[in-house]
Amino acid sequence: MKYRLDSGRLEERFAEWKPAYTKAEAIAEANRCLYCSDAPCITACPTHIDIPTFIKKIASENVAGSARTILSANVLGYSCARVCPVEVLCVGKCVYNQWGRAPIQIGKLQRFAVETAWNEGARGLFPKPLPATGKKVALVGAGPASVAAAAQLALAGHKAVVYEKGALPGGLNTLGIAPYKMQASDALDEIEWVADLELVEFRCGVEVVERVSGDGQVAASSLLEEYDAVFLAIGIGGDAMLGASAGAGPAERVVGATEWIERIKGDAAYRLPSNVERAVVIGGGNTALDAAHELRVLGVPEVYLVYRRSETEMSGYAHELSAARKDGVKLVENRAPLSYAVENGELRGLNVAHASAGRPVEGTAELFPADFIVVAIGQDRARHTQLARLFPGVELDAKGRVVVDPATHRTGNRKVWSGGDCVNGGKEVVNAVEHAKIAVRDICNTLNGAHHG
Amino acid sequence: MADLSIDFCGVKSPNPFWLASAPPTNSGPQVMRAFEAGWGGAVWKTLGNPIVNVSSRYAAVDYGNTRMMGLNNIELITDRPLEDNLREMTEVKKRFPKHVLIASLMVETKEEWKEIIRRSEDTGADLLELNFGCPHGMCERGMGSAVGEEPKVLQEITSWAVEYAQVPVIIKLTPNTSDITEPGLAARAGGAHAVSLINTIKSIIGIDLDRMVPYPPVGDGSSNGGYCGPAVKPIALHLMGQLSRHPEFGLPISGIGGVSTWRDAAEFIALGATTVQVCTAVMHYGYRIVEDMIEGLSEFLDRKGMATVGELVGRATSSYKDWGDLDLNYKVIAEIDQEACIGCQLCYVACMDGAHQCIHLPGRSAEEALAAGHIHLPKPEHVPTRPTENRKGVPGSRIPYVDPVECVGCNLCSLVCPVPGCITMAAEDGGKPFESWNDRVARGDAIVPGGLACTINPSK
Ligand SMILES: Cc1cc2nc3c(=O)[nH]c(=O)nc-3n(C[C@H](O)[C@H](O)[C@H](O)COP(=O)(O)OP(=O)(O)OC[C@H]3O[C@@H](n4cnc5c(N)ncnc54)[C@H](O)[C@@H]3O)c2cc1C
Ligand SMILES: Cc1cc2nc3c(=O)[nH]c(=O)nc-3n(C[C@H](O)[C@H](O)[C@H](O)COP(=O)(O)O)c2cc1C
Ligand code: SF4
Ligand code: SF4
Ligand code: SF4
Repeated sequence: MKYRLDSGRLEERFAEWKPAYTKAEAIAEANRCLYCSDAPCITACPTHIDIPTFIKKIASENVAGSARTILSANVLGYSCARVCPVEVLCVGKCVYNQWGRAPIQIGKLQRFAVETAWNEGARGLFPKPLPATGKKVALVGAGPASVAAAAQLALAGHKAVVYEKGALPGGLNTLGIAPYKMQASDALDEIEWVADLELVEFRCGVEVVERVSGDGQVAASSLLEEYDAVFLAIGIGGDAMLGASAGAGPAERVVGATEWIERIKGDAAYRLPSNVERAVVIGGGNTALDAAHELRVLGVPEVYLVYRRSETEMSGYAHELSAARKDGVKLVENRAPLSYAVENGELRGLNVAHASAGRPVEGTAELFPADFIVVAIGQDRARHTQLARLFPGVELDAKGRVVVDPATHRTGNRKVWSGGDCVNGGKEVVNAVEHAKIAVRDICNTLNGAHHG
Repeated sequence: MADLSIDFCGVKSPNPFWLASAPPTNSGPQVMRAFEAGWGGAVWKTLGNPIVNVSSRYAAVDYGNTRMMGLNNIELITDRPLEDNLREMTEVKKRFPKHVLIASLMVETKEEWKEIIRRSEDTGADLLELNFGCPHGMCERGMGSAVGEEPKVLQEITSWAVEYAQVPVIIKLTPNTSDITEPGLAARAGGAHAVSLINTIKSIIGIDLDRMVPYPPVGDGSSNGGYCGPAVKPIALHLMGQLSRHPEFGLPISGIGGVSTWRDAAEFIALGATTVQVCTAVMHYGYRIVEDMIEGLSEFLDRKGMATVGELVGRATSSYKDWGDLDLNYKVIAEIDQEACIGCQLCYVACMDGAHQCIHLPGRSAEEALAAGHIHLPKPEHVPTRPTENRKGVPGSRIPYVDPVECVGCNLCSLVCPVPGCITMAAEDGGKPFESWNDRVARGDAIVPGGLACTINPSK
């Protein structure tokens, strides 16, 4: 089965931030790698890809072997190559940094290896699957955590059925990643490799619910009955919005960040409302930075990131902020959003107050003019993850994160494992993959009877 | 500024930098541009009876991102008519009377040698160089290295040439021989005034694995060629050193093989050359490289307080010794500069797998060290305290250290370390006097315990 997207999507207008290497460029970069012993870049990769080994294989033009080294540690090695914040992961720990020289471009090399091996039709990039065991695992949510887990379960001989409420698999890796990093179509191509595994089945358009009330639904309890194990990877839900006191703005001009990004990536019919001249993005995290950066690249003349604390306190990465700034995004620090300014049904802007330590200072309210507002103040985690409670014994912590044993990713329900954003509260794709690895190892041990728990 | 001019067999050259007989000296316009750029002399592309060349002709060894570490070619001697070459040589000598023009020659019969020597000298050439070195194509026809590999033949042809020639005769030697002193002494016995070496080394650069043809492919086949470029410098230095230090040799030498910089040139000169010849480096970067060679050599001589190139000639020859004459009591030990280290641990893995397991990682317990493959543990006083981070920000736990008791001073770690100067090999004063293996042989105790019983105790 092929997942196809209509063309005409706004994301197609974005140029690649880090263009693919040509073969000659990749070999030249690969030859720079020192082939460190016990390399610090490996330790910095959450999935512990053997980086010097895969890089040396590029240098020797053993590209299939290189891709195999990558995929054996990380089945989503292609996406990760393109979306990982390498500056704070592997590349950030390359020994060249301390030497005052440009570090090895590990992400670009990783992309080259996997992409080239695929394009050349290299075979056996995934190991040969073990014989079918007859065991079945249900995976809830088709984000990267589940996609990675499904692939590894299938390779271990277990049937993996993935339930996804949306129309497309891939979660935020398909519909959330900034288009200058990777487009949805590329994410779907990678999923195709997993979907082609004989024991993997995606059931998109099926939501896991408490009680079935119509088509496209399946009850959590029935998964527990029908399957030998359940892997919960439901992410952290939709956008959090400003409270009721902020009032309401016109729906097409006041949007939640992930919902808006999803539309520019996946909805070929979506266009920005007419005459957007001055946009405001509320927030200081990576999603806010992405949304602001994307608005600029889409041609909005003025884009302001309005953040209630100072630059140094932003949770978004410094390298993302400087890239966004380079493209013209302006940061407005220490402004707390109060309410939408609407006149005769038309958006005038955002009422803000000067903020101290993130709190509005009385008497400083002013209008920040804007004709488009993106709210990027977080995802609706605490409410969203309540779904996990449908599986008896599964617990949430105070921040709404699913509680697991970090060594096994097993929850309080002996049949249920969990991973990805719903466990760590929202990190990166590569963390979701590592969670999947840990969980699958334990699921396999349990299903194969290696240990009894 | 030091005086770079030299005297080679009575011929004056503005500097010791000559172009070797090769494509850069193929024609008059080229040699004139080279002289304008600063080259002191040029050995014309070998003259002889015209030949035909194939296409393609060259192949190279790349190492990592370095292009053309070594070059090989399957070209023959000049493919231009003799008349054209001779006319252009005459022109060059007329326009550049102070530069050294050397005619390189390769023919077969005695009559041919006689005629080509006469006609070359008519151009005004200052020197002749007999090409007894080309290792491909020509040797299959009984010329080039077929002569160089056969001392008797070499001596005979040399004596013909010396008989016919008015100007000094240089014999260009091939490295494709098991003992270079044989052809070297044969050249001397034949009356040669000088030698030049090395010509290229017989080689096959590699195989095109798609076409299953060696490089460089000529249709569906290829042939062995001649290897040159930076990669051959060590071989060239050794062969030249064999001659320059030989007590019975004593002829001037023009050193060739991998010379690319003034430093390479200075090394050849220090080991006994009077001039050097350059081919590959010019094929790679052009005549312009000579500017730095001239400036660099002259700066170097000034720094060392030498007024002329002549003072440098042979300065290192006497320290090229036989192994048996080396000091067995000299010892160096590796030292890691913790502030320069970038924590790549290449020294560690090299010493573990390729040397003597004496580089350790900080913070390991004795059990961990043994499990990792160490067979001896450092004494507590040899375990340094590493900082949490060095000034570069490298975690101290990644900065290896050397156990000075076990280090044999092989140099390997200092050779693999990517940071220049980070690992130094420090000489240790062991307090023992000089003692060589030959001293031990002379004393009659040249036996190291642990060998074959019959060697140690021949009476049994
Ligand atoms: C705007 C944005 C940009 C990002 N950029 C990057 C980046 O550049 N690099 C990076 O590494 N990470 C990035 N991330 C983070 C990354 O996308 C996530 O860490 C990762 O996708 C988490 O994977 P997951 O499988 O845990 O959850 P998700 O990707 O959120 O997937 C969860 C899936 O579960 C489905 N689901 C939820 N409830 C149900 C239900 N009841 N029934 C059925 N299905 C359900 C959802 O529809 C969704 O498809 C970004 C995140 C956002 C929001
Ligand atoms: C340090 C060193 C020591 C060597 N000692 C020996 C030896 O004792 N016996 C031997 O047959 N070859 C010896 N060799 C030669 C190697 O076996 C090999 O033939 C040579 O290094 C060429 O291969 P390489 O350059 O591709 O590694 C030695 C090589 C090195 C570098
Ligand atoms: S730290 Fe850098 S140089 Fe060392 S292995 Fe990793 S990528 Fe290569
Ligand atoms: S090779 Fe050099 S830089 Fe690398 S760990 Fe050893 S001493 Fe440090
Ligand atoms: S000199 Fe040789 S033996 Fe000594 S530490 Fe370095 S590699 Fe090891």
